[in-house]
Amino acid sequence: MSRKTRQIVFFLSVAGFASLYVWALRGLPAFGHYRGPYGDVLNAVATYERHVTDIVTAVNFDYRGFDTLGEESILFISVVGAVVLLRRQKKEQGEQEEAEAGQDPGEPRRSPRPSEAVRAFMVGMVGPVVCFGLYIAAHGQLTPGGGFQGGVILATAPLMVYLAGDFAVFKRITSHALIEAAEAAGLLAYAGVGLAGLIMTGQFLRNVIPLGTTGYITSGGTIQAASLATGLEVTGGFVLLLYAFLEQTLEFRVREE
Amino acid sequence: MLMLQMTILVLVAATALGVVLTREPASQAIAVSFYGILLAVMFFVFQAPDVALSQIVIGAVALPLMILLGLAKVRRNALMQQRKREAAARERNAA
Repeated sequence: MSRKTRQIVFFLSVAGFASLYVWALRGLPAFGHYRGPYGDVLNAVATYERHVTDIVTAVNFDYRGFDTLGEESILFISVVGAVVLLRRQKKEQGEQEEAEAGQDPGEPRRSPRPSEAVRAFMVGMVGPVVCFGLYIAAHGQLTPGGGFQGGVILATAPLMVYLAGDFAVFKRITSHALIEAAEAAGLLAYAGVGLAGLIMTGQFLRNVIPLGTTGYITSGGTIQAASLATGLEVTGGFVLLLYAFLEQTLEFRVREE
Repeated sequence: MLMLQMTILVLVAATALGVVLTREPASQAIAVSFYGILLAVMFFVFQAPDVALSQIVIGAVALPLMILLGLAKVRRNALMQQRKREAAARERNAA
């Protein structure tokens, strides 16, 4: 196909797509005019039915809780896949030993140590970040947030340790066997919450925990339980991922410390 | 409110274009991080704070970090191979 024919085909398809697109856009509801019934229904009934004030969390962990179980499994499998792909292979190990054997000592592209200001700031940030992550994870049914958001925030705490310049501590935290256990336990706990409903009421993920008083941290029943389980899994998964990625770039520097 | 929404939409579109036009991968990781922050602000402006919270951490921290670490690994592999080639060349010269 010559350049000219290709251009003609390209412009024809662009024109076709553009006209269809504009036609579709004209059929959309006006900006800000929501027409679906589900959002309004849930806003009206969720607080009464489930004793929660954050409807998004109620949807995630109850009204479509089974979908969330699928998403948790996707995250779990992705993290396992990334860790398997990034593991230190025999060939790489050999190369590294060769490089360290003396024929070419040291890492030629060493990153500079972070400045004292960065280190001091990061040391100060570790505590607040852990508190904030726990807060977001534990109040998912009351305010925006929940297990996923809280878990990811918690997983950034080891990063702050790394930025504070403490590579050995970072490695000790992130390579701990408990991290792997946390990831698996979180997913299992989520499935367990669902199975408890199946066993006790005959329906998967049906609420089996007292709903509590609206507005209290103990409210929400299985919503709160599933959210916390998600928090555990997400924290474990993301820390594991960080470790898998950082391990290889950090190896030299940890040894120097 | 509408003014704010329009401003943030235009800003997000402009930053997205900026990410695509940045050709150097390491700078692109920083650009994507900035884009992620703006996207989080956009979610917040459009009253989706739950999504905004996820977006701040995933889009502005986790994704750029993974890109940077991936780049570091690629560079290190290239470095290792270069060293090997140099060592082989030295051996040939000595022989």
